[in-house]
Amino acid sequence: MSSMDASSTLRHTIWVLRGNLVTAVAAAGALFLLLVAIFGPALVPYDPVASDVPQALQPPSALHWAGTDQLGRDVFSRLIVAARLDLAIAITAVGISFAIGAVIGSLCGYVGGRLDRAVGRFVDVVMAFPLFVLAMAMVAALGNRVENIVIATAIINLPFYIRFSRAEVNIRRNLGWVEAARACGDSHVSVVLRFLLPNVLPAMAVQISLNLGWAILNAAGLSFIGLGVKPPTPEWGIMVAEGARFISTGRWWLVAFPGLALMFAVLCFNLLGDGLRDILDPRMRT
Amino acid sequence: MSAPLLSIEDLNVTFSTRRGLVQAVRGVSLSLQPGEMLGLVGESGSGKSVTGFAVTRLLDKAGRIANGRILYKGQDITRASAADFRNLHGAAMAMIFQNPRAALNPIRAVGQQIADAILAHKRISSQEAREAALNLLRAVQIRDPERRMNAYPHELSGGMCQRVMIAIAISCNPQFLIADEPTTGLDVTTQKVVMDLLASIAAERGMATILITHDLGLAARYCSRVVVMEQGRLVEEAAPLTLFHAPQHPYTRRLVAASPTATSRVTDLVPDGELKPSIEVKDGSPPAHGTPPLLDVQRIVKRFDDGTAAVTDFSMTMTAGESVGLVGESGSGKSTTSRMICRLIDPSEGEILFDGYSISKIPARDFHRSPSRKDIQIVFQDPNDSLNPRFTAFDCIAHPLLRLLRMRSGDALRQRVEECAHRVGLPKELLSRFPHQLSGGQKARVGIARAIACSPRLLVLDEPTAALDVSVQAVVLQLLDRLRREDNLAFLFVSHDLNVVRMMCDRTIVLRAGGIVEQGESRALFANPRTDYTRELVDAVPHIGAPAALVPA
Repeated sequence: MSSMDASSTLRHTIWVLRGNLVTAVAAAGALFLLLVAIFGPALVPYDPVASDVPQALQPPSALHWAGTDQLGRDVFSRLIVAARLDLAIAITAVGISFAIGAVIGSLCGYVGGRLDRAVGRFVDVVMAFPLFVLAMAMVAALGNRVENIVIATAIINLPFYIRFSRAEVNIRRNLGWVEAARACGDSHVSVVLRFLLPNVLPAMAVQISLNLGWAILNAAGLSFIGLGVKPPTPEWGIMVAEGARFISTGRWWLVAFPGLALMFAVLCFNLLGDGLRDILDPRMRT
Repeated sequence: MSAPLLSIEDLNVTFSTRRGLVQAVRGVSLSLQPGEMLGLVGESGSGKSVTGFAVTRLLDKAGRIANGRILYKGQDITRASAADFRNLHGAAMAMIFQNPRAALNPIRAVGQQIADAILAHKRISSQEAREAALNLLRAVQIRDPERRMNAYPHELSGGMCQRVMIAIAISCNPQFLIADEPTTGLDVTTQKVVMDLLASIAAERGMATILITHDLGLAARYCSRVVVMEQGRLVEEAAPLTLFHAPQHPYTRRLVAASPTATSRVTDLVPDGELKPSIEVKDGSPPAHGTPPLLDVQRIVKRFDDGTAAVTDFSMTMTAGESVGLVGESGSGKSTTSRMICRLIDPSEGEILFDGYSISKIPARDFHRSPSRKDIQIVFQDPNDSLNPRFTAFDCIAHPLLRLLRMRSGDALRQRVEECAHRVGLPKELLSRFPHQLSGGQKARVGIARAIACSPRLLVLDEPTAALDVSVQAVVLQLLDRLRREDNLAFLFVSHDLNVVRMMCDRTIVLRAGGIVEQGESRALFANPRTDYTRELVDAVPHIGAPAALVPA
């Protein structure tokens, strides 16, 4: 049974990707990013943190594909190595906010009443702040570390997951199959976790994918203003921040390449969203 | 015979879908005389609505008239330009739909919506349009029309909304009206009021009507001529009496047999079905003297947090193997009562004894752990939303076995699930399918298999066939009746369809506004209702073979 399921899932995935070129390209891009993040650091031509001052600020060439920075470090190698950190921050943060937010939101949507109102107001309060400023404040208060970027990013994303899963569960809680699950011996908790949550997943996949792109930008943004990741660690946000100093003197490659990398990553995850829903929803299968 | 108002000649409609072209209507020809009410009867997928949509040009983008002509007063309107057609809408033809609430704009007062319809076709001032709208509300017999002018659709009942729709439809005095399942989803008494109104308005104004319906009884009661469609084809056309007493086409014969009437028995519904009239299935043996009844409901009450009471005072007893019907209109509290007996919600007061033990003491929140959970199961109304979209049919049936009987995945479970599927007539191959890959009847079977998987002793059926086609309903009813006799199951059959309840249940309880109005042996109760309310309900059911003395010349 399970092997048959796996093969039919694969076939369905291929079918969705075939019918939707944008999704296929985005999926390929996201896969490429993941592979770069996993294997990139082992393959890069130069040590990303080793400085070589005589070679500083060289434009892109056959030797240094993306040029070198003010300390003579190879920008291309730094870009590749940074992918791992940036993706790791984004994926962990989104994973945390999804796991916590979906459970809290589903419970609120199912139970309603006082719990729902209390959580709802908390969410309103969080969302009332400019979220990036809130993240800045949290990192500043908690300490300038990578873990804290993850926590801050997770917290500012939490309200979206709570609201989303609450709404999706709320419209389903009175359907026949939910009552049927109760009649079949499931407790309320098990109905939420084993029945409602999986049914909300396909729609949430879109949110997760959009959020990944956003979380990458957020982490890069925090680093850009000097919070979180510290130099000389290669990170796209820091690279843009450092490169910005040299843009007026025409050294465009210092900013352009990390900027493009960010843009590529965000674009891939944003475009992937819709396709993901089609892949995950069994009703899309024929 | 005068010239037909509308004639359809060899109409073919195709839809282009993911799987290629689908023929929805294949070579339908029919004509509509001025002032007549024509019934267009068929089951889902028969092409009856598509035919209506083709005439009013409301086919969706994928649909196309591939062949044939539609003539209005002898003039071909099949390929009329959009501008010409706009003039036809309203003045020549109008349409009303199944779900009036969805057809009305929720954020605009109904009076305004009627006025809009008038202003779209006539050059009059908005004050005059308002006057006309008010008169129309009077014409459709809405009480207190001045006040209702400013009401929003959500403030009106379903029957009221449909009257507003009728008012909009007749606002420009159309020559004919296409009514697509105008009363499906309404209570029988409301259905009667709305249909009587429609018939009298049509007669008054000499307006012809095409009544599209799945309900043979309804067509028989109101139409002078009925055409039957099956899979896009017109299979039979006759006067209702002829059609129902001497159906020619095999499909019509099946359909007529499957429609429950005041006298039909479960075995008659599908003459060659699984219940042979000759085989006498054993009835449940009467319980030994002194044993407590299977179910004893004592004065249960359900009040909600805001103080409104859904059920005011409900008591009943049931013995093993007995089937009891619970009938009433929407809002009568029958669903709430069935949920309380199922222990999905808690009664505010009163006690429910099962097998002599109180099961209402265990809160509904914890009832899933009670050993009685597997003894009381439920079959839900709409098969479309009673199965988890992420479960295959196998998972659905296996679910109670895993939870309530603590079975483990493996051969034993597989065998048990297949056995249940076999008992409800679901082919083994379908077990790996997801709900959206099954038909309505198949989904209903999965729902029944799930409910009987743990061999319950009381099965609550909440309108189990309300969403099914008559021929599917017939098969499902037979199936349920067989299962009940085989397992000596007790049925609490919740339904608004009196003919179905009469057939399926030994006893019937009539509910109104949360209280019991009348109860007794089913046949006697329906033959001689003691209360006005029950009589009203019984009279409102349209019967085949009871032709209307209506439609005055």
